[in-house]
Amino acid sequence: MAATVRIPTVLRPAMGGLTTVTVEGSTIGAVLTELTTTYPAIEGQLLNGDGTLHRFLNVYVNDDDVRYIGGVDAPVGNDDEITLLPAVAGGDA
Amino acid sequence: MLTLTPALRDAIIATCIRALPNEGCGLLIGRAEESGSTVTDVVPSPNVAASARIYEIDSRVMLRTVRRTDEEGLTVLGVFHSHTHSEAFPSPTDVRQAPDPDWHYVVVSLRDVPADVRSYQIVGATVTSEDIYIGS
Repeated sequence: MAATVRIPTVLRPAMGGLTTVTVEGSTIGAVLTELTTTYPAIEGQLLNGDGTLHRFLNVYVNDDDVRYIGGVDAPVGNDDEITLLPAVAGGDA
Repeated sequence: MLTLTPALRDAIIATCIRALPNEGCGLLIGRAEESGSTVTDVVPSPNVAASARIYEIDSRVMLRTVRRTDEEGLTVLGVFHSHTHSEAFPSPTDVRQAPDPDWHYVVVSLRDVPADVRSYQIVGATVTSEDIYIGS
């Protein structure tokens, strides 16, 4: 399975400036692991050490937030578009 | 420097007032240039944290905005949010969680009237104030 991954601007400098990449993998976890293997500079920014999704990363498969469709086990098919988004949060706390 | 029209500045403040008593938030989109960034639209977001002390942009709003900016040849320039009872300066939480060193971080203080709108750049733990130019 090969899916297109849309890269957020904050990760692009560590990925040669690419805006999208095509990655093999049948689950979100496999795709993110493959990305980290190919671009080691982003290690720790996608997945935690235990393989779960990083707290400050949102991942969509097409229009679905992967947290609601299985997390790292969410299936990925050919022609799916995966979008990585930074969680945008803060406040006066 | 961040350039805004008066109408967009008012839209930012209105979004924050509508969110009271919680913090309000949204995204800034436009064009980034060497001399500074020009905001061409603001995209209000629900504060999914639903809190007077913290904010979180709805990731679905972020997804739609990224797709829109890609289609229109624009950029997500940054984020705005309000502090309901404190000054317009990034909190330690804002600095710790700032997602992108290239972004502009607009903080709106609603503590006093009129609202105080300020912009910052946050790179690592370094916060730098920047001018907001209100153009037509």
